[in-house]
Order: sequence, then structure tokens, then C-alpha cells
Amino acid sequence: MKEIRILSATGILGSGFREATLQRAMTLKPDFIGADSGSTDPGPYYLGSGETLFSDSAYKRDLRLMLLAGRAANVPVIIGSACTAGTDAQVGRLVGIARDIAREEKLSFKLAAVRCEQDKAYLKRKLREGKITPLANAPVFDEAVIDRSTHIVGMAGIEPFVEALENGADVVIAGRSSDTSIFSAMPVMRGLNPATVWHAAKILECGAACVVERKYPDCMFATIRDDHFIVDPPNPDYRCDPASIASHNLYENSTPYELVEPSGVLNTVAAKYEAISDRAVKVSGSTFKHAPRYTIKLEGAELAGYQSIIIGSVRDPIILRQLDSWLAGLMTAARDRVTAVYGAGIDDKYKLDVRVFGKNATMGVLEPETAIGHEVGLLFQVTADTQERATAIVKSVSHIAVHYPVPEWTGLITSIAYPYSPAEIPRGASYRFNVNHVVEPATPLEMFRIEYERL
Amino acid sequence: MPKLWEVTKLIRSKNAGPFELTFDVIFKDRAGYERVRDAGIIKAQWFAKTYRLTPEVVSVINYDAANAIKITIPRPVISGDIDDTDVFGGQQHGPLVNVDVP
Repeated sequence: MKEIRILSATGILGSGFREATLQRAMTLKPDFIGADSGSTDPGPYYLGSGETLFSDSAYKRDLRLMLLAGRAANVPVIIGSACTAGTDAQVGRLVGIARDIAREEKLSFKLAAVRCEQDKAYLKRKLREGKITPLANAPVFDEAVIDRSTHIVGMAGIEPFVEALENGADVVIAGRSSDTSIFSAMPVMRGLNPATVWHAAKILECGAACVVERKYPDCMFATIRDDHFIVDPPNPDYRCDPASIASHNLYENSTPYELVEPSGVLNTVAAKYEAISDRAVKVSGSTFKHAPRYTIKLEGAELAGYQSIIIGSVRDPIILRQLDSWLAGLMTAARDRVTAVYGAGIDDKYKLDVRVFGKNATMGVLEPETAIGHEVGLLFQVTADTQERATAIVKSVSHIAVHYPVPEWTGLITSIAYPYSPAEIPRGASYRFNVNHVVEPATPLEMFRIEYERL
Repeated sequence: MPKLWEVTKLIRSKNAGPFELTFDVIFKDRAGYERVRDAGIIKAQWFAKTYRLTPEVVSVINYDAANAIKITIPRPVISGDIDDTDVFGGQQHGPLVNVDVP
């Protein structure tokens, strides 16, 4: 019976897995080792700036163990969405780490690097041709957005991975990729039923997230056959049951019944989840419908401004009992002071906000609860067009805020506890996700560039 | 009258990408799931009111395979934007936890 055995090392490269689990999983003879290395979850900063979610050391620790295991067993290692956002430079960064590991461990392999950033002229042409269309809740996308973006990536499907594997790559490090494509490429290439494959890939892409109780990040293992797949956690302390596997379809997805991929849609309405032991689950019955048009999802980010912040807290019951009016007065006084220092023209060059922890810092204006406790935390935030301006303005805000009076107390008060000196903290650049669209490329490979090197 | 958290094993919110927010209500057992599902407590109108939306943009999906109900709404603010309060979207489910179950 044709089957593909897959080891998913961890939910996100750099978050870790247990070395013993990886070793145990290798005795199950996987056909490849895969891991996702990215996410939009931590926000737009990583796509906007090109910085990474984890340190190079954390990536190197995980990648080293995967490369050593992959080369020892002579099976491919496949990484997608390199270093968080999968920009070209982030691919380069992970490729550099792979080169270092190869040199240090005296490993030899053929490496494929898949680059996923999009050319602005290409996107403008596609826009003019009407080949870029919005997804749910998408912002406006036009040529100005393309020009403003610091990076726009296309989310690769399986095709660049298949291309790299067919060209003999032992290690694939790709930029932004759909999480599932990393795990679907080889099984689809080998001719397994795409419905079974895509469903298995969705379960595998978060590593051990599909177990009953995930105590720490770890590996996951699945065996895919044509009409079913079996998920069996390689860590003996973990177990899956039908509910934990079925529940995983809920995770980070707007519906548990559909998973949209570049080439079509996985539908799990008819899926069956059966326990085949006290820890392994057999899944069958999903269907896959090929899309009439092949589409690649875009992700983009632009600079939203530079920020400086102040963190403080208020404990005085007299202030707390009039918190809203005190804070409203404080904000007005702070803005007046900024205008006095920098002139009336400053007003549209910065934005001052305050968040009240202990009141509505989590939900903002949507918070239905109104009670506060014996103290609140305050976060003042200035956003401006330069870091220098944000920091300069927040210094004035800081001084107004810390002495802002209440009528009941006579004499100068110090109304906010600042835990740090200086109270003002430059926070750096802030970015904004600005694209939620798909492109229709002429071919599935047109938007991606693959380079090979022999290490 | 029990609260929703008392009949569930997990109530969570999370980004479904940077532009959508999704809620998972996963019940302890079939009976609790069917009781809440069939009573129609978790509905578009409740989310529309709580998150200040129109009911048409709220998606409510019953997921029998996991004894779960999934609700997806447009994100109030794009993840990580200047006015966002919750980049992962992981703490927006608070009001749902104490909903009364008849």
C-alpha cells in the first residue's frame, strides 16, 4: 500500500521540540521532516521590518537537529515561511544558518531556497489586469498601497516545493508558504489523494498542538495513505483522541469545514475521526475540490509610524474614583502642552493615546464591564512620523501626566507611579498589515524564485 | 443557571489571519453542546451587539465532530495596527465566558 510518513518537528521553527522525541520519531522512518517557521500571529512587525520572532540561536538549535536527523536518514528537510514572515532576507537568514550548521557538522546536501517576495511592477500589472481580488474584510489595495509597502510576499502553494524536490533538493528553505503546503508537497507529488493529504497537513502543521493536552512544543507524526491518515504522537507522554484531532480544524481558521489552498478547497464535512488506540487517531472522508482558478494569497505591511510609550500605575483612591474625568483632563492638558512646545502645526503629526489596564486595555471601547479595582495601569502611547518626534513629544506628556491634579487634594501631587527611569520608552517602528488579497498568476511557479546550492 | 464556561472545556478567541477574529466554544460533552446549540444562545445577534457589528458579518458554525461552536467576525482593528489592543486576538472572548446557559 502506498503511504507517506511525515514527521512535523514543531509548530513553529525556533519554538523547540524534545530531542528524544525527534530521535524516537526517526525510528518510525519518516519520508521527510517538515516544519513551519512563520506566522502572522505576532503581528505586522516581522513582515514590515524583516526582524525575526526568535533568535538565530533558537532557529539554529532546531534546524541543527532536523538537518542531522534528515541527513542521517537521507530524507528531505522542508521548511516554510522562513524566520516569521518569509521575506527574501529572512530566507537568506535561515539559509545562512543552514550553511553554518553544514560547515560545523560536516554535512553535505543540496539546498533549495525559495523566494516569495513580490515585485512591485508585477503586482501593479496584475492589479491593472484585474487579477488581484480581495478576501474577507480586506483593506483597499491600489498602486499607492503597493508603493507604501515595505514588503509584500506571496504565500506559496505546493508547487515550488515539488519543483525543488523533483530537482533533487535534500533541504528546502522557503519564504512565505501556506503552512499546509510544506507537508502536502511530497505526498501530492507521489500521487496520494489530495483530500487525505491536505487534511493531514492541516493537523501536522502545528506540531503537537493537536494532542489532548499540549504541555510544551514538540513533534507530531502522521502516516498518510490514499483514503485515510493516522496521527500518532511520537512523544509517549502525549496522546491524541478524535476530539483533539477534530478540534484542531478550528484553530486559526474561520471555519472548521473548509481550508482554502492555492489549488482548491479542502472540505471536512464528511470527515470521520476514529480512535485506533488510546493515543492514535485515524481520519478519513474529507474531500478536495480543485479551484477553477489558481490563486496566491498576498501579505503586505507598511510603516504606520514610530512610537514612544510610558508605563505607569495609579493607586490613589481619590484619583481612581474620578478616573475617567481625571484622565480626560490629563490628555487635554498633555495635548495643549505639546501644541505650546511645538506649535499648532504639530497636531496632525502625532497621535496620543492612553490605555487603562484594569479597566478596558484588552477590549477597548468594546469592554462591557465598567468596574475597576484598587489600582489601574496606564500606558501612554505617542505615534509620530519619526522616532525623534515621538520621543520628544512623550517627554512632555510624561511630565504633565505625573503631576496632573484632582480637586480634592490641595498642593502638588505626584499622581502616577512610574516603574522606570527614564519613564519614556522608545518602542521603534510600528507597522500595519495592508493587504488581504489573492493574485491569479499565469502559472503556479511564476511568483516564486528557486535557487539551488550544494553544501 | 450554569454559565457557559461550566459546560465547556475551552472558550477561546484567536486571529483567523490579521483581518478576522474567531471564537471557539468547545463543550465538555455532546449533551452540553446540543443543549446550547439547540437553545440558540450563541447567535449572530449576541456577537453583533457585544462587538458592535451588524449580524450579517457574523458567521456561526456548529461543528458536531468536536462538540464545538465556532464564531468568526471581522477584526475590530487589524492585528497590530496602532489602535489594536490584542495582537494575537487571544483575549477577546471574555464576555462569552459568563453567558447564562438555560
